[in-house]
Amino acid sequence: MTNIEIGAVVKNAGSSIKNKTGSWRSTKPIVTDSCTGCKICEFYCPDMAIKVVDGKAKIDYDYCKGCMICMEVCAAKAIEKEREK
Amino acid sequence: MSKKTETVLSGAQATAEAIKLCKPEVIPVYPITPQTGIIETISQMVADGDLDAKIINVESEHSAMAAAIGAQATGVRAYTATAGQGMALMHEMLFVASGMRLPIVMSVSNRTLSSPLNIWNDQQDSFSERDSGWIQLYVENAQEAFDTHIQAFRIAQETDTPVMVCMDGFIVSHTYESLELLGEDKVKSFLPEYKATFKLDPANPVTMGPVASPDYFVKFKKQQQDAMLGAKENIKNANEKYAEISGRKYGNGLIELINMEGKENAIITIGSMTGSARELAEKHGIGIIRVRCLRPFPVEDLQEACKDLKSIGVLEKDISFGANGALYDEIKAALYIIESRSKVSNFIIGLGGKPISLEDISSIMEKVKQGKEGVEWLD
Repeated sequence: MTNIEIGAVVKNAGSSIKNKTGSWRSTKPIVTDSCTGCKICEFYCPDMAIKVVDGKAKIDYDYCKGCMICMEVCAAKAIEKEREK
Repeated sequence: MSKKTETVLSGAQATAEAIKLCKPEVIPVYPITPQTGIIETISQMVADGDLDAKIINVESEHSAMAAAIGAQATGVRAYTATAGQGMALMHEMLFVASGMRLPIVMSVSNRTLSSPLNIWNDQQDSFSERDSGWIQLYVENAQEAFDTHIQAFRIAQETDTPVMVCMDGFIVSHTYESLELLGEDKVKSFLPEYKATFKLDPANPVTMGPVASPDYFVKFKKQQQDAMLGAKENIKNANEKYAEISGRKYGNGLIELINMEGKENAIITIGSMTGSARELAEKHGIGIIRVRCLRPFPVEDLQEACKDLKSIGVLEKDISFGANGALYDEIKAALYIIESRSKVSNFIIGLGGKPISLEDISSIMEKVKQGKEGVEWLD
C-alpha cells in the first residue's frame, strides 16, 4: 500500500481523469440539429462534460453520467434521451 | 518588556480580543444566542479596520463550518463561533473538518439543546460532539477564555487538528470580569506563523477530501486518532509556553488540581462550576480535579490524580440519555483500568441554565465525603 498523506490529501492532482465515469451511464443524451449553442446545458452540467464548440453542444461521453439535466434545461428542446444497452 | 493591559471585559469580548491577536483571515459567521456577542465584537473590529479578515455572513451554521473548511484548505487561518442548535446543525461538517485535518479554531458558548426550547447554559451541545475529532478545551472564566484561544491556534496548527474552546454560555460569555490582555509582540513570539501542511494552490494542485476505499479509510482514521492522542503533549506544552509569556498557567493544561494535597476525597468539575467549588473546597476539606481538556481525554492524568482517593463525585452539565453523565462513565472506565476501588458518584447539575448555588455544591461535597455512589439529579 502506498504512503497515505495527512487528511487523505492526494498530491498528484487530476487522478479523476483516469476514472471514466461515463461507464456508469444508463441513459444517454443526444444533441440534435435544433441546438442553438446557447450554453445553458454547458453551465448546468454537474460533470462539466459539455462544451459548446462551433455553436453546438458537444458531450464528452467519457465522463457524462447520463443524469439528463441537460435535456431538462435545454430551452430549444434539442437534447434527446437514448437508453444505453 | 511589552505592556500588560488590565481591563474589564465579558467572556465574549475577551474571546474577540484573543481572536484579534491571532489574526484569522476568514471568519464565516451565523448568529446564535449566547454566542452572538463574540461574532458581534469581531465584526466591529473588522469594520473598524482593527482586524484584517474577511467576514462571511452565511445562511446557517452548517454553511459557516463548510466555509471555514474551504477557507482553511487554502492555507489561511479560519475561525468561527457557535452554540447549542447551531453546533448541532454543524455536526456533519465538524467530522469533515477533523477528517481533512484542517486546524480550524472555533469558540463554543455552551447552550443546551432543544426540545423543550431553552437558550440557557449547559454543556449538552459540545458533549454531544465529543466524538467529532475536535480537540475540546473547557474554560472556567473570561481570562481563561482569552488565554485558551491563543493556545488553541497553536495546538491546532501543531497537530493538524481542529480545536473548540468551550465556555459556559452567559455564565462566562456574558459576565464581565477584570482580566489581563497580552501585547501583540508576546502573542507573536508564542504563536508561529501558520504554514499549512497542504493547501489548495493553483500553482501546485492537490486533491483534498477525496473518496477513500475501506482499506485506506481505516488508515486515515487511525492516523487521526494517533494525532489526537499525541495532542495531549501539545496541549501541555502550549500551557507551559504560554505561562512564560503571560505568567498564567492552568494545571498541566489537561487537568487542574485544586486543594488536593493530602485529600481522601475529591469532586471532578468542568467549566465555570469550578469557580464556585473553589470557594468551598477548603471549608469542606475536599479536593477538586478540574477537567480542562475533554478531548483528547486525559486518562493517565486522571488515573494518577484519582488513584488514592476514597470517594469521587463527578459534576456535569450533560446527560447521555439511557446511560449516565458522559464524563462520569469515562472516569469510571479510566479507574477500572487501574483497579481502583474508589466510590464514584455522578451529579447531573445545571441543565438548561438551572442555577448551581454554593449550597448545592456544599451538599454535593458532603455526600461525596460520605462515600455516595450512583447518579443524582439536582432538580
